[in-house]
Parts: sequence; C-alpha cells; structure tokens
Amino acid sequence: MLAFILRRLLQSIAVLLTVGLVAFSLFRYVGDPINAMVGQDTTMEQRDELRTKLGLNDPAPIQFARFIYNASSGNFGLSYRTSEPVGRLILERVPATLELSFCAALFALFVGVPMGVYTGLYPKHWTSRLFQAVSLIGISLPTFLIGILLILVFAVSLHWLPSFGRGETVQIGWWTTNFLTWSGLKALILPSITLGLFQLTLLMRLVRSEMLEVMRTDYIKFARARGLTNRAVNFGHALKNTLVPVITVAGLQLGALIAFAIVTETVFAWPGVGQLFIQSVQFSDIPVMAAYLLLIGLLFVLINLTVDLLYFAVDPRLRAQGGGARVAGH
Amino acid sequence: MTDSDVWWSFKSSPMTVTAAAATFLIIAVAFLSPVLAPHTPFDPATLSLSDGLKPPVLVSPDGDWTFPLGTDDQGRDILSSIMYGTRLSLEVGFASVIVAMVLGIALGLVSGYFGGSVDALIMRIADVQLTFPAILVALLIDGVVRGIISVQRHDEIAIYVIVGAIGLSFWVQYARTVRGSVMVEKNKEYVQAARVIGLSPVLIMIRHVLPNVTGPVLVIATINLGLAIITEATLSFLGVGLPSTEPSLGTLIRLGNEVLQSGDWWITVFPGITLAALVLAVNLLGDWLRDALNPKLR
Repeated sequence: MLAFILRRLLQSIAVLLTVGLVAFSLFRYVGDPINAMVGQDTTMEQRDELRTKLGLNDPAPIQFARFIYNASSGNFGLSYRTSEPVGRLILERVPATLELSFCAALFALFVGVPMGVYTGLYPKHWTSRLFQAVSLIGISLPTFLIGILLILVFAVSLHWLPSFGRGETVQIGWWTTNFLTWSGLKALILPSITLGLFQLTLLMRLVRSEMLEVMRTDYIKFARARGLTNRAVNFGHALKNTLVPVITVAGLQLGALIAFAIVTETVFAWPGVGQLFIQSVQFSDIPVMAAYLLLIGLLFVLINLTVDLLYFAVDPRLRAQGGGARVAGH
Repeated sequence: MTDSDVWWSFKSSPMTVTAAAATFLIIAVAFLSPVLAPHTPFDPATLSLSDGLKPPVLVSPDGDWTFPLGTDDQGRDILSSIMYGTRLSLEVGFASVIVAMVLGIALGLVSGYFGGSVDALIMRIADVQLTFPAILVALLIDGVVRGIISVQRHDEIAIYVIVGAIGLSFWVQYARTVRGSVMVEKNKEYVQAARVIGLSPVLIMIRHVLPNVTGPVLVIATINLGLAIITEATLSFLGVGLPSTEPSLGTLIRLGNEVLQSGDWWITVFPGITLAALVLAVNLLGDWLRDALNPKLR
C-alpha cells in the first residue's frame, strides 16, 4: 500500500510540474511582462535594465525554478488588467466559488444518490421512468441554458429569487460567506441548482446501473433468505457495494464542478474565481490565467490523489492485496 | 456484427428513428438556410429598427407573420437567425470533431505501433490533459491565441481558433482507443505478413490497422459531436467564441440573455430549444450506435 501511495505521489508531482511548465511558458513567452509594468515613454535602455533586474535574461531553467518558487509562496505577479497582485485577486474570490461548488455538490449528492437508489430498486415504476427521461434531458442541456431558464422562471417571471450576485455577505477574517444572511442564502439557490444538475443526473444514472447490477448478485439473494429487512439489504448490502465507482466519479466530478463554475458564475454574475478567469481570457491577462491554471492543476491532482486513497478506505480487498493492481469490477 | 444487424437494431428502436429523423431535419434546414430562411438577418441593409422586439405570433396579438418567432432589439428575425446560427454551430461541431479525430487517430496509431518512449511521451501528455475538463483546455487555448494576435485579427479568424481549440481538447479519447486496438492488431499474422513483404509502417498503419478501429472511432465521434456543439455554444455564450457579427446558437443565446431581464424571453428561448433538441438528438444517436456496434463498450 505504501509503494502504491508513493508511486501515486510521484505521478502527481510530475503532473504538477508539467502544468507548471505550461503556466510558466504562458507567463514568460506569451505577451511581454515588461510592457505591462512600464509606461509608453520608457526608453529601450530602461526596459533592458528592468529586464536584467527582474532576471528575465537569465537561462530558462533558472527562471522556471524562480517561477515555481514564487508561485508556491503565493506570488503570481501583477495582473495586466488591473495591476493588482494576482494572488490577492484570486484569494478575494475563492470563498464565493468554493461556497457555490460546495452547495452544488451537496445538492447533487443528496438528491442524485437517493434518486439513483430508487430508480435502481424499482426500474419499472413510472416515477423511475420519469426520472430517467428527465436525466436524459438534463445531460443534453448545456449548463448555461439551464441557468438562463431558471432565471427566466424564478427571477424574471415569479420574482422569487435573485438572478445575479451573492446578495449580502458576512466577512469572517478574509473569508466572505453567504451562509449567514437570508439574502445570501437565497442568492445561492439558483446557481447551486444550475451547477449541480449535470452532476446530479450523472450520479443518478451511475448509482442506478450499479444498483441494478448488484441486486442480481447471490449475496443479495442470500441476505433476503436470511430474513434481513428490506432496509438492511438495500442500504447495508446493495448501496455499500456500489460505492467504489460512485466515489471515483463523484470525486472526479468535484473538479468538473469547479471548472463549470466558470459558466455558472458568468450566467449569475457570481463574483468568483471562474468569472475572474473568463475576464482574463477576454483580455488575455496572462498572469491571472497562469495562476488559475496552476491552482486548478493543484486542485485536480489533490482530488485524484484523495480519490485513490479513498479506495483503500472503502474496499477492503485492496488493503488485503497490499496495493498495486487496482481491482475493477466486482 | 453485420450491417443487417445494425439496421435491424435501428429499425426496432422508435426513439432512435425519431432522433435520426430530427438530426437530419435540423442538418438539412440549417444547410439550406440561405434558400429557406425568410430574411437575411445579418445584412444591415435589410433591417429596420421599427421591426424591433416583435413577440412571436402564437403567443401575442402584436406578432407579425413575417417574423413567426419574433424579432430581437435590432429587428432581426429570430427564425432566420436560428437557421443561420444552427448552420454555423454544426459547421464548427463537425470541423472540430474531424480535427480531434485526425489528431487522435494519428497519435494513437504512432503510439500503439511504435511503442517505447514515443508511446510513453504521448500517453503522459494525454494523462495530463485528461486531468482537466475539455472546456478549460479550450478556454486556455483561446486565451493564449488572444494574447498572441490582435483583437481585430482575432475576430476574423475566430472560427478557426474555436475549431482548433475544441479539436485539441478532445483528441485524447480517440488516441487511447486507437492505441489499444493497434497494440492488439499489430501482433496478428496479417500485420506481420505485411511487414515481411516490406510495406512501410505508414502504409501498414493506414491500410491494414486503421480499418479495424473504425467502429469505436465512429462511436466516439458521434458522442463527441454533441459535446463539441455544447462546447462551442458555451464558449460563444461566455463571449470568447464566435463574434456577434456572425452568431452561432451560443452567441444568439448570449445576445438574448443580455435583454432577458426585460422579459423578452423569445430571443433566448428559441435558440436554446434548438440547441437542446439538436444535442439531445445527436446524443440519442450516439448512445444507440455505441450499443449497436459494440455491446462491450457499455
């Protein structure tokens, strides 16, 4: 198991370095950092002097090492667009994105998994068929369209919920939260549903097909023969055995959730990191893009690593084998 | 599976037949839009502001039969805009699937056939790229291109940038599938025979190995077509896709979204329905094709 974890760690570091290299090349070779720092009237000599002073004439590997060192201490340079430190720009917006993604994930998990269990247990029931049909539409509708339709119904027509912004937020240290005011909570509802809907349908379909498979196995028949209650069979035996693939997909989808927050944040004018990223793409604000890329890379690597480690907690067979081969199927 | 089996499974699924009919109807209408569309919405000479914001005929007595689905704030006919927009969305979708397919097949063939360090390099790149969702990769490529060339120039070549960005973000799946099949095929007798008679690796790959992987590649391509259309629409909606002088469905939805608060829902909703119907139909076809060609892929 230790060897497996070590190998995964090494792989993660390799992935992170590659992402760092891409981010560095963007930062260094696309657009000129000097142009962003000085005015029009700076002479060529002054520019060259600044270039040497900043170390932009050093060999590329040294610059790369310096870039990684700076990035790991949270220093990503200045934004081309606003001339503010990129680290601070991102940090200001992190709470908004994380709270939104958290709510969307909860929504997807606590609605999607029960729906999946239900449709898996009663595949012929009309509500199951309805869930299936709705989930197919949910997968085919792009995120932004769902958001627009929700705004149209609940904000423009019914005036129940706000259509943009975070509402009133409360400041706790550097963290701003939506959870403590009524208007903040109301503002969370539509964006969370929009962001979580795709993941919900995905989880539902996955749990459903896994449940259908597990319910055919002998140990379920045996559990019934032992006279266990339906509840014990369905949740203690069946659902538990669907968890490995569900954890994988749910974990990987957590990353997708944060990526698709870009779209949701644009639709709802949600002041998060994704909105910042879109603005930086529009203005080709390279330092912000590079920093975002690095952060997302780090996040994804951490998620993948956690998912791999969770297998050990969920599936005792892996622990018995001492790691190495990952068991697929049942 | 033989062709007649595929045909039988097609006929016996009414949903698939409906999806196929819908897909071909949408494609036909979109590509015939210069003939069929009642107006040329993006020719400023034919527009009149007095036609602006007309509601659809069926829901409001203010509607005008010359503009069956209403008009936007500039007086452009929504129906015609949708027809032209769908054509553009389909063109970008097909083109980017082809880019992804050619790139993925080429890299997959090379990777599987030669193995060794070439294989390792290509597959590690694939791994890193798979860590990120396709939409992020496409956004990043688009942002970099914007950094390199000027804004003016960018609008002119926006469509190629988008096709390239989406194509580059979807190649991994093809490469992995092709590589897997090639590794199986290259040790079979017929490939060894071809090698013995001295055919070049390129010829062996294209003529002998490639035909064996067309099934799975076709399945991935169909499923990716829906994804590519959604990705283009999303990029255009975010304002980093196609310019509003030449709107695709995504751009139309973004333009409509800007005036949504005033209650002029039809500008957004009709392009939205078209997009959803198109993607749903293509996805249903893809699902069916996957099951019909290779039950094991499920």
